[in-house]
Amino acid sequence: MHTLITIQLKADKLFLNFSGEITVYTINILQNKLLNINTSTVKEIVFDLNAILFLDTAGALFLNKLQHDYEIQTFNVKISSHNKKINDTLELVENYKIDSNTRDERAVSSLHIFYRKYRKYIEGVKYFMEFLGRLFMSIVLYLKSFKSIRYKEIFFEINESGVKALWIVSLTSFLIGLVVAFQSSYQLKIYGANIFIVDMLGLSILRELAPVITAIVIAGRSGSAFTAQIGAMKITQEIDAMKTMGFDPYSFLLLPRIIALMIILPILVFVSDIMGMLGGMIVANIDLGITVEVFTSRFQEVIKVKHFYVGILKAPFFAFLIASIGIYRGLVVKDDTKSIGINTTKSVVESIFAVIVCDALFSIAFTSVGI
Amino acid sequence: MNIIEVRNLKTKFENKIVHDNISLTIKEGEIYGLLGPSGCGKTTLLREMVMLQEFSEGSIEVLGYDIYNINHVNAQKIRSKWGVLFQAGALFSSLSIKENIALPLIEYTDLSSSMIDEIVNFKINLVGLKSSDAHLFPSQISGGMKKKAALARALAMDPKLLFLDEPTSGLDPISARDFDRLILKLRSVLGLTIVMVSHDLQSIYDTLDRVAIIDNQKIAYEGTISEIGSVNSNFIQTFFKNKEHII
Ligand SMILES: Nc1ncnc2c1ncn2[C@@H]1O[C@H](COP(=O)(O)OP(=O)(O)OP(=O)(O)O)[C@@H](O)[C@H]1O
Ligand SMILES: [Mg+2]
Repeated sequence: MHTLITIQLKADKLFLNFSGEITVYTINILQNKLLNINTSTVKEIVFDLNAILFLDTAGALFLNKLQHDYEIQTFNVKISSHNKKINDTLELVENYKIDSNTRDERAVSSLHIFYRKYRKYIEGVKYFMEFLGRLFMSIVLYLKSFKSIRYKEIFFEINESGVKALWIVSLTSFLIGLVVAFQSSYQLKIYGANIFIVDMLGLSILRELAPVITAIVIAGRSGSAFTAQIGAMKITQEIDAMKTMGFDPYSFLLLPRIIALMIILPILVFVSDIMGMLGGMIVANIDLGITVEVFTSRFQEVIKVKHFYVGILKAPFFAFLIASIGIYRGLVVKDDTKSIGINTTKSVVESIFAVIVCDALFSIAFTSVGI
Repeated sequence: MNIIEVRNLKTKFENKIVHDNISLTIKEGEIYGLLGPSGCGKTTLLREMVMLQEFSEGSIEVLGYDIYNINHVNAQKIRSKWGVLFQAGALFSSLSIKENIALPLIEYTDLSSSMIDEIVNFKINLVGLKSSDAHLFPSQISGGMKKKAALARALAMDPKLLFLDEPTSGLDPISARDFDRLILKLRSVLGLTIVMVSHDLQSIYDTLDRVAIIDNQKIAYEGTISEIGSVNSNFIQTFFKNKEHII
């Protein structure tokens, strides 16, 4: 690489002879070389630019700034340059640079930051309320005229979110049944209470595990999909386009998804019940020696049908939570791509949390009325 | 010296032919225009030159490298020498204007942050944006401002070669003329080579040294604007019919 600068001190004159290519890649080196010059005896500084091969705007800006810095320190700065291009570049920079002291720097106090954060939170709550209100209104309008129900979209969503999730829901529930049975069979064997595995599995799977596990799988699968899809539509202004054409995004995008999920989730829970019990039954058979006949007759005897209904009944509520949180998160996506990622994460975390809270509330409610 | 050489290029999407055997040459220090009707493949040709898109046959040489057989190191080298302004801006949506422009400087140089700040502010001012808007995000600025910000980003590293896809579309006439003056100025002081797609007649007459007109998958004309009148092409006849009004 060329030497970029040679520095000469003659009496009270400092000569800075620049050479080579002064560009955005090299000014960093220059800066370091200029750092420790002893200027105590200097009155005049001469920039000799005649040996410069190429000067880009960053380089020119650097020289300009250097000159001003020296002038502020009351040195007499002279520039010697005969190259027209270099002079033009320096002139361009002089014309368009922004004085660092006139720049508008917005001082942001910590109080202001706090206020902004707080306001964002309040607005978030307000927006969610608005969302629920509009959702409710469009449900009412929707139900008033059956013609406007968008069956095609609903069936499409049922297929996407439900039918295509059958396999993963079945497998997860089967494994959960297997694991729960396996863990408890060890304890039950100690007390010789083998047959009670049926009571245990029946109650826990039908009432709690199947609905919650299914809801969590669907939250991860469809909740995130809803957010990403609707968020992307917002960024590409598709939602704005729909609005200007008079299509209500709520009835076009939201309700089909919510309705589809509310229809399909109970069915998925039903499948999950079957697969969970199947997993349990296999362990009971192998580990505890309970035959299928014994298992089923005990099951009919002790597990009341209400437990099954409790599990199924919860599913539409979970579905509503998952779908509306997913869609809400999609609608609050701002116009940048990062916000899709953030909101998708939030959507999944929040909907799983909401499902669990809702389940706890149901638990308390059902127990207190004795179901 | 030839900065870009396109030889017998053929481009096909599925079975739709966009370019059929086109050749053109762009010389150093030239402001070169790619013109033609909508959908004739100007953007596609530009994308091929900057290695975003593959072509079916022929060759393209950019800054002395055959970009079909280029290795990674050389590819990175020529990428650092050009700046690209996309038709729709393509600013990074999660970064503010300032951060968008500073990004290449931060990634590719060891400059101090105050120097980067200085350069960014200069570039913002140069393209005619207000420095008070520098902290805004792409979603918060107008279409014309996006164009200017994208130009500032393309200029961030003082590239030797600049690709501009419809730089003046979406700008008000005053900004568009400012833009013309700016690129002429940059060319004269920095010796830039500029490849530009444009539909803006005024801009075409004021800035372009030479043009290539793509029509019907072929190059209908390559050369200076002043000699264009004699060419027998429907697009050229209609497009340049009213030039008396402009000059
Ligand atoms: N990825 C793609 N797949 C298929 N066809 C494509 C693709 N990209 C471009 N095309 C086709 O190639 C042709 C040229 O497109 P291109 O975007 O280059 O046009 P253009 O000349 O830039 O037009 P405009 O002036 O409207 O910007 C068009 O007919 C377009 O349909
Ligand atoms: Mg185009």
